[in-house]
Amino acid sequence: MADNTDKNVKAPVLDVQDLGIDFGGLTAVNDLNMQVYDGEIVGLIGPNGAGKTTVFNLLTKVYKPTRGKIYFDGKDTAGKSVVDINKAGIARTFQNIRLFGNLTVLDNVKTGFHNVIPYSPITAILRLPKYFTSEKEINEKAMDLLKIMELDKYADYKASNLPYGAQRRLEIARALATNPKLLLLDEPAAGMNPQETAELMDMIRFVRDHFKIAVLLIEHDMKLVMGICERITVLNYGMMLAQGTPEEIQSNPEVIKAYLGD
Amino acid sequence: MKEKSSVFSRFGDKKNRGRLMSFALVIIAYIAVEVLLKTGSLGSMFSSLLVPITCYVVAAIGLNLNVGISGELNLGQAGFMSVGAFCGICVSGILAGSITAGIPRLIIAIICGAVLAAVFGFLIGIPVLKLQGDYLAIVTLAFGQIIKSIFMNAYIGIDTEGLHFSFVESNFKLQPGGKMLLNGPMGATGTQKIANFTIGTVLVIVALLVVYNLMFSRSGRAIMAARDNRIAAESVGIPISRTKMLAFVTSAALAGAAGALYGLNYSTLVPNKFDFNTSILILVYVVLGGLGNMTGTIISTVVLILLPELLRSLQDYRMLIYAVVLILIMLVTNNEWLMTKWKSLFSGKAKGGA
Repeated sequence: MADNTDKNVKAPVLDVQDLGIDFGGLTAVNDLNMQVYDGEIVGLIGPNGAGKTTVFNLLTKVYKPTRGKIYFDGKDTAGKSVVDINKAGIARTFQNIRLFGNLTVLDNVKTGFHNVIPYSPITAILRLPKYFTSEKEINEKAMDLLKIMELDKYADYKASNLPYGAQRRLEIARALATNPKLLLLDEPAAGMNPQETAELMDMIRFVRDHFKIAVLLIEHDMKLVMGICERITVLNYGMMLAQGTPEEIQSNPEVIKAYLGD
Repeated sequence: MKEKSSVFSRFGDKKNRGRLMSFALVIIAYIAVEVLLKTGSLGSMFSSLLVPITCYVVAAIGLNLNVGISGELNLGQAGFMSVGAFCGICVSGILAGSITAGIPRLIIAIICGAVLAAVFGFLIGIPVLKLQGDYLAIVTLAFGQIIKSIFMNAYIGIDTEGLHFSFVESNFKLQPGGKMLLNGPMGATGTQKIANFTIGTVLVIVALLVVYNLMFSRSGRAIMAARDNRIAAESVGIPISRTKMLAFVTSAALAGAAGALYGLNYSTLVPNKFDFNTSILILVYVVLGGLGNMTGTIISTVVLILLPELLRSLQDYRMLIYAVVLILIMLVTNNEWLMTKWKSLFSGKAKGGA
């Protein structure tokens, strides 16, 4: 409990207040309140169709909220575009993997540095000195990320040719390249075998400690969620059902009912 | 590690090899042609085709950046060529008095043509590149038609009082001794021919440098990322419209430069030369050469320009054979069995060499 009061003094990185969105007559998310603090790993779980990915799309401004506010780093994010929110420091991966399939694995990560290490197209066309210094820096940092994600041996391969698990890790590497403060992972362990999932858990912890970022993840693999998340938010029918530590969630009768039925 | 190399295609090395190959190809072709010219073994028909070939190669390289790398269909590349051509002709005509040397005047004309075409590209791109889908194809198609009509009705001339411009022929009067630069549907007449093959080859190399330097950079990666997955590209902070605009404007500028060179290679040039068929022809060069493949684009452009001339002796059957050859090339290049044979031939050589 001492830990929790400590956190309440600190301002959250992400502060979601009364968030809601309607698609026509359908309310996909309603009255969602949640906070993510610096250096925390938070899980977002719920049955299929609970609105978890919709929450991610709201946080990254793919959808504009109908109600409520999203504060990131203490600032209201209303009116920001997808690109702006990434520049502000939210990076994400996708449930259905979205890589740049015709680019190499290394180039996929390099695209993440677009706004981190920028230089103009004129610099590129004329091959000015800044091009070489910037590209060297991008190359080194991208290779570092590939090493962390254990993808360095694939650096020169076409991204679409990678095995499934490696593709998921590549998406994380690309998201990390954008230098985020908050990383959103949408089902990072989907399609992975138990051993790969265990490795992924270590990777997520390492990434959190190494880059000192907060992680919010959607996951169906309960072993992963209960294993690495410090706090968990449960969604059902777009509403928040419960919030708490893994132990509290596991013993919550409402949550068990939502997952298993009456 | 060795089994993996055979399972996955090594992609990084291939890109670099392709880049070196296209420069080598252009330089070897240039030397070969120069030797043939010096020894006089090149027919007058072929030597007259040299500059147009370099022009179409430059326009096709530009279009490949737009269609192959950026993934946006452009059906008005000839329109941008005509902007460059008539701009280049006017600039050359205006400067004829002050700069008598041909080469500097030609270079200035090419730069002006490229800049004006880029401005047109930018103006078209502002509304269109905000949209997804085939809107760019529709709008560039319309642009090609509109720009042709504009040049068919434009009268530009220069005399002692300065530059004159009108869309109505009866309003257009020049002082005695004045020079007509653009004469409506008659086009540009009496243009001083200052284009040559060397400048054309230099322009091809410049176009290759611009496209490759752009491709292998932050902007190039962004352009390809926006093509491969729009949503993911935005999620890593790549602004889609601005990125697509960069590819489109560069493509238009290259077409403009090619047009200026083309225009200054003929004493007479009618606006009808740059019609929809020409746009489609350039697109055929790009598609046949391979989307995103600059070396292929150069080869297919050269072959498809020379082919109708080589088949001239067949008279009426000329275009029929041309069509059959086109279909055959498509069949062969899309044949997996042949491609694997071809590739194993190359990798076998590489292994032997190492």
